Amino acid sequence: MSRVEFMQGNTACAEGALTAGCRFFGGYPITPSTEIAETMARKLPKAGGVFISMEDELASIAAVIGAAWTGARAMTATSGPGFSLMMENIGYAAMTETPCVIVNIQRGGPSTGQPTRAAQGDMLQCRFGSHGDYSTIAITPNSVQEMFDLTAKAFDLADRFRVPTFLMADEIVGHMRERVTIPDAVEVTRPGPLAEGSLPFEAGDDGIPGFAPFGSGRSVHVTGLTHDERGYPDTTDPEAHDRLVRRLVAKVESARREIADYEVVNPDAETVFVTYGPPSRTVQQVMRDRRDDSIGHLRLRVVWPFPEFALQEFGNAQVFLMPELNMGQMVREVQRHVDQPVVSIPKIGGELQTPAELVQVLEAHR
Amino acid sequence: MIAPDWFREDRLPHIYCTGCGNGTVINCTLGAVEEMGWKREETVFVSGIGCSSRAPGYILTDSLHTTHGRALAFATGVKMARPDLNVVVFTGDGDLAAIGGNHFIHACRRNVDMTVVCMNNHIYGMTGGQGSPTTPPGAISTTTPYGASEPAFDLAELAVAAGANYVARWTSYHVKELTKAVAAGMQTPGLAFIEVRTQCPTNYGRHNKLRRVSDMIEHLRSHAMLVEKRDRLVQEGKPVPDDIFTVGELVRRNRPAMGVKS
Repeated sequence: MSRVEFMQGNTACAEGALTAGCRFFGGYPITPSTEIAETMARKLPKAGGVFISMEDELASIAAVIGAAWTGARAMTATSGPGFSLMMENIGYAAMTETPCVIVNIQRGGPSTGQPTRAAQGDMLQCRFGSHGDYSTIAITPNSVQEMFDLTAKAFDLADRFRVPTFLMADEIVGHMRERVTIPDAVEVTRPGPLAEGSLPFEAGDDGIPGFAPFGSGRSVHVTGLTHDERGYPDTTDPEAHDRLVRRLVAKVESARREIADYEVVNPDAETVFVTYGPPSRTVQQVMRDRRDDSIGHLRLRVVWPFPEFALQEFGNAQVFLMPELNMGQMVREVQRHVDQPVVSIPKIGGELQTPAELVQVLEAHR
Repeated sequence: MIAPDWFREDRLPHIYCTGCGNGTVINCTLGAVEEMGWKREETVFVSGIGCSSRAPGYILTDSLHTTHGRALAFATGVKMARPDLNVVVFTGDGDLAAIGGNHFIHACRRNVDMTVVCMNNHIYGMTGGQGSPTTPPGAISTTTPYGASEPAFDLAELAVAAGANYVARWTSYHVKELTKAVAAGMQTPGLAFIEVRTQCPTNYGRHNKLRRVSDMIEHLRSHAMLVEKRDRLVQEGKPVPDDIFTVGELVRRNRPAMGVKS
């Protein structure tokens, strides 16, 4: 069974989390993400979960990681300034392989910037924001329905790969209202259990160790220090560090095809838009208006790990056009995988590119 | 005598310097755990960063060695999600009172049901002896070469003011009293805060004319005054020496608590 509602994106995000079994939310109010916390505050206690308003975003992500180690599906939601504050503990979650979901309803930055305006300015921060080498997963919804669906999916990816997973939404999808279909239940993949006789950070071929949550009698030591397969600190052996950090990166990067989620429209096109999040809605409008098979569209629902193979689906592409709500953060990532020119169509200030603006660039590159 | 099965023997030798007080505090805490009859699989030790925070790595339970200052926020997540687990936090003066000060007062305010043991050695030990928020005025450290010029925090009084249900202070000299206090804290629903003044001969004593471990412990013993004695002096209008600190149980009360096992 399912129900159909007219709902705000942030509410749909909270509903997606609840349906996916999220039972812990630690957060701090920040525009334009706050409705997620408000919805969780209202609904989590009734679902037998815990909502806690922490003293800041450093504490929010810390509490989420602590809860995740008890085996609970745990989440926080924030925006730019709070996201910046979370960076150290996001690295801790990556290092300790803690499954958790971090929602970023992006707003204009840097600094306090534009609290009520949309942006996609944190796309590199979510990939590289904490110190050291690591990989994470970042998902980019473009509709209220996807705020529900992809939030639920984020929990599965976090559990499957034991990695902090980001829902990189923005003020537009967070605050717009659309029709959304809410299922009563979604399929859930939990982390693989820690096998008898296996060490807590000993991984198989997929690079992902089994998970033994606190209270399961395995006496797991969790540390942000470089550690061996037992979880014990080993901070000076170059090989121990190399082995651990390469595995943390490889377990995500080597699964790029499994994690990838994208839409291809007109694969034979010569002029190809590459988008993620709300600019895809403008591209869809342009394509509805023009009905021209020479215009293609690659829309990414997963941006990190970056699915470079998706670009190869456009065998006739002469040029890639990239409208983003930033000054071209993902352009270089796309450019390094293709020989064709990649044209940035940046827009900052809080408004989406108009169809006319995209058409102008389109005509200039044909 | 602590049952050896509570230690990760394969982690030995530990990193603590000769004469460090942290081992005493770990022993007293595990003594209290044993008195409580807690089971290993139902107990989680949490810590931040610093010498104190290495302690959970030597204890054979689930243990969460987190980021600098944030132990109480992580522990809040653990305890709120699984109230049936016993949560003990090891922290130090820098971890708790400097970088983690905000989490400290809010954890006390929430009165989350856990036991927080602070090894207060008045110094950042792990990084080589820099001045911390509890370095006494006048004390020499690598960043207070002319003597500390800032006033020091009284951690136990801070916990009382912020709302913790149980607060006590002892020193690494007072091992029996300390063990009893930790056990009393564990028995009290809500947040129990036990400050332990302890010696760092390597990075504190050496610079402050307390070169020998025994000098440091004697200094702690001779400057500790029972809170009841201090109160009596005040009541009688007699002067209280200004170089003493109080020890004993500062508060035991029954404010509403969070994360209590139902």
